[in-house]
Amino acid sequence: MGFAAAICAQGAGQILWIREAWRSETLNPTGLGLFFDPHRLLWASVTTQTDALAVAEEALKDGAILLVVIELTNALDLREGRRLQLAAKAGQTTGLCLIPEGMGSNAAETRWYCAPLAGDGRMDSTLMRWALIKNKSGTLGTWDVRWDHAARRLDVVSPAGERPGSAPAPD
Amino acid sequence: MWFPRLASDRVLRLRPIEAPFALTLRRNNTERIHCLNARAEEMGLHRGMPFADARAFCPDLHSAPAHPARDARFLAMLRRWATRYCPWVGFEAEDGLVLDITGSAHLFGGETAMLGDMHARLTRAGLTVRLGLGATRGAAWAFAHFGGTAVHAGADRDALGRLPVAALRLEAETVTALERLGLRTIADLAAAPRAPVTRRFGPGVLMRLDQALGALPEQITPETEPPHYGVRLTLPEPIGLVGDVMAGAGRLVERLCARLKENAAGARVLCLTLRRVDQASQQVELRLASAMRDPARILPLFERGVGAADAGFGIDQMRLEATVIEPLAPEQLGAVPSRKGAGGDRLEDLITRIGTRIGLENVRRFLPADSHIPERGFLVAPAAWSRPEGAWTLLRPRPPILFRPEPIAGTGPRPPGQFRWRRMSFETAMATGPERIAPEWWLDDEGWRTGVRDYWHVQTRQGRRLWLFHTPQAPGWFVQGEFA
Repeated sequence: MGFAAAICAQGAGQILWIREAWRSETLNPTGLGLFFDPHRLLWASVTTQTDALAVAEEALKDGAILLVVIELTNALDLREGRRLQLAAKAGQTTGLCLIPEGMGSNAAETRWYCAPLAGDGRMDSTLMRWALIKNKSGTLGTWDVRWDHAARRLDVVSPAGERPGSAPAPD
Repeated sequence: MWFPRLASDRVLRLRPIEAPFALTLRRNNTERIHCLNARAEEMGLHRGMPFADARAFCPDLHSAPAHPARDARFLAMLRRWATRYCPWVGFEAEDGLVLDITGSAHLFGGETAMLGDMHARLTRAGLTVRLGLGATRGAAWAFAHFGGTAVHAGADRDALGRLPVAALRLEAETVTALERLGLRTIADLAAAPRAPVTRRFGPGVLMRLDQALGALPEQITPETEPPHYGVRLTLPEPIGLVGDVMAGAGRLVERLCARLKENAAGARVLCLTLRRVDQASQQVELRLASAMRDPARILPLFERGVGAADAGFGIDQMRLEATVIEPLAPEQLGAVPSRKGAGGDRLEDLITRIGTRIGLENVRRFLPADSHIPERGFLVAPAAWSRPEGAWTLLRPRPPILFRPEPIAGTGPRPPGQFRWRRMSFETAMATGPERIAPEWWLDDEGWRTGVRDYWHVQTRQGRRLWLFHTPQAPGWFVQGEFA
C-alpha cells in the first residue's frame, strides 16, 4: 500500500485505482494526501476480477492515464498477465498489481515485496523494506526506504553498521 | 378549429364502431360521460351524464375509459399538422386550435378554399370539426361554436351581431343573467350602455365583446417546438456486419452532432435502436462521461455495444436519439487552458468506455468534505458528474486505508503493550496521541454512539503502523486504519 502510494506520487498524471466492490477497507484520500494530490485519483469499483482486468486493459491501452493500480485477489493466468503486459506496452502506461503473497504473474516486468519495518525511534517513521524479487531487465536488490511527508520524496535509509539488505531485519 | 368530439374521435379512429359510443371519466366518485359520438347523442345522451343512466337509456352503448393526457397529445399532434397552413398556430382550450392565417390564405387559393381543404382533410381523417373564420380570434371562436354550419367563412360584423351572447366566451351564469336583461345577441350587448354593464358584470363581459369586435387586440401564442434530437436511417437491404452497422451509425452520429451544434447542446446519453428484419429491435445505450457532440469521439464509443448486438436476419433500420441533452457552449480552442484538467478529452472518453462495461457511476473520484470524522472527511462522487474541486487540508497524518473499527483487547487510556488483531499478535513499540475526536452530534451515526474517541498512532515492533482508538465513555479499544 505504501509502495503503491509512493509510486503514485511520481509524475503528475491521473491515476486509476481499480478495486473490487466487496472489499471492506476503503481508500482514505485524506491519508493518501500525504503522498499525492487526491484529485489525481480516479477509482473504479468493479464486481469481479474479470471486470477489473478488462477495465485495467482498457485504461492501460488508452494511455490517458499515468498509472493503473489493480488490487487482485486471484492469481493471474498466463494469458491475462500477457494481455495486461501488451496493453501497458501499447499505451506506454505503468500498471501496478497489488497481489497477495506468492501469486505473481510471469508477465510482470518487475515484482516487489514490500513490508513495513519497525522504526528506529522517530515517531513519524514510515520505514519500509522494498525488495525487488523479480526483474526482467536488471538485477535484484533490497532497499530500506522512508517516505518524507514534508518533501513528498522517498529517502533511502542505510541502517548504521549494515549495508542495505545485508542482514535480515530484526523482527 | 373546434373539435367537438375530439376524445371519442381519437378512440374511434383506432377502432371504428358503428354504434353509440361514449368515453367515461371518473369524476366526483361517479363514472360520467366525457365524450360521445353522434349516434349516442341521437339516443338522447349528453356530456356529464352519469354513465349508469346512459346505460339505462341506451342498452347497446359501447364505452371505453377516457385518457385526457392522450387526448392532449393528440391535439398537440394536430397542432403540428396545422402548421402546414400557417406558422402561427396555438391551442384554444382543450379541444380547439387557433390559426392566424393572415398572409397565408392566398397560398391555398383564398380563405374559402383553405377552409374547404381543412375540412376535407380532417373529415377524411375521421374527425368532427367545426371551422370558423373571423377578423378577430373572438369572432372566429364564435363562428366555429355558434355559426350553425360546419364551415363558417362569411364573417362580417352583422353576422357576428346576430349570434347569441354565449358566443362571447362568457361563463354560463353571466350568459343567463344577460339574457334575463334582454340582451340576447351580441348586437344587443354592443348597443347597450357600457357603464351599467360593467358595473353589474365586471369588466370581463365588455373585454370579451371588444376582443370579438376587434377593439381590443388578442394574441395567438404559437407553441415553441423543442428541438428534436433523433435521426434515422432506413436501409434498402438488411445489413449484419459490425463494420456496416458502424458505417451507418457514423452517418447518423454526424447528422445528430450537426443538429446538436446548431443548438449549442451536447449529448449525455445516446440510444441507438437497431430494427431488424423480423421487426424485433435492439437498443444500444451509450452514456457519456461528459456532454459531447464530436462525431469522431462518439463513434468509437459505440463499437462495444454494436459488437454485442444480435443482428439476427439483418438490420434494416437504425435510429439514433440523444435522450439526455445538456447545454454545451462552443469552446475556444487552445487559447484558454482547458477546464477539464489533465487528460481532458481522452480521459473522458476512457471513462465512458470503462463506464459501458462497469457502469458510469462506478468510476468515482474523491472530493474533500468538511468534517473531522475520519470516514466523513471525503465524499465519493461519480467522476462523470463531478469536477476535481476544493482543497484538501491535512492537519494531522491519517491512514491511507480505513476500515470498520475492529475491536481488540485492551484496557485503560493508554494503548495496550501487547494485543492481537486479525489473528496476529503485536507489541507496541511506540504510540503517539491521543488525538481526541468528538462525534458530530447533529448527525446520528451508529458507529459514533460510543462517544468521543482518542486516536493513537501505534507503531508495532512487527513493523505495521496502526491507527487505534480508545472510547473513554464506553471503554474499549479498536483498530480503524493502517498507515502505509
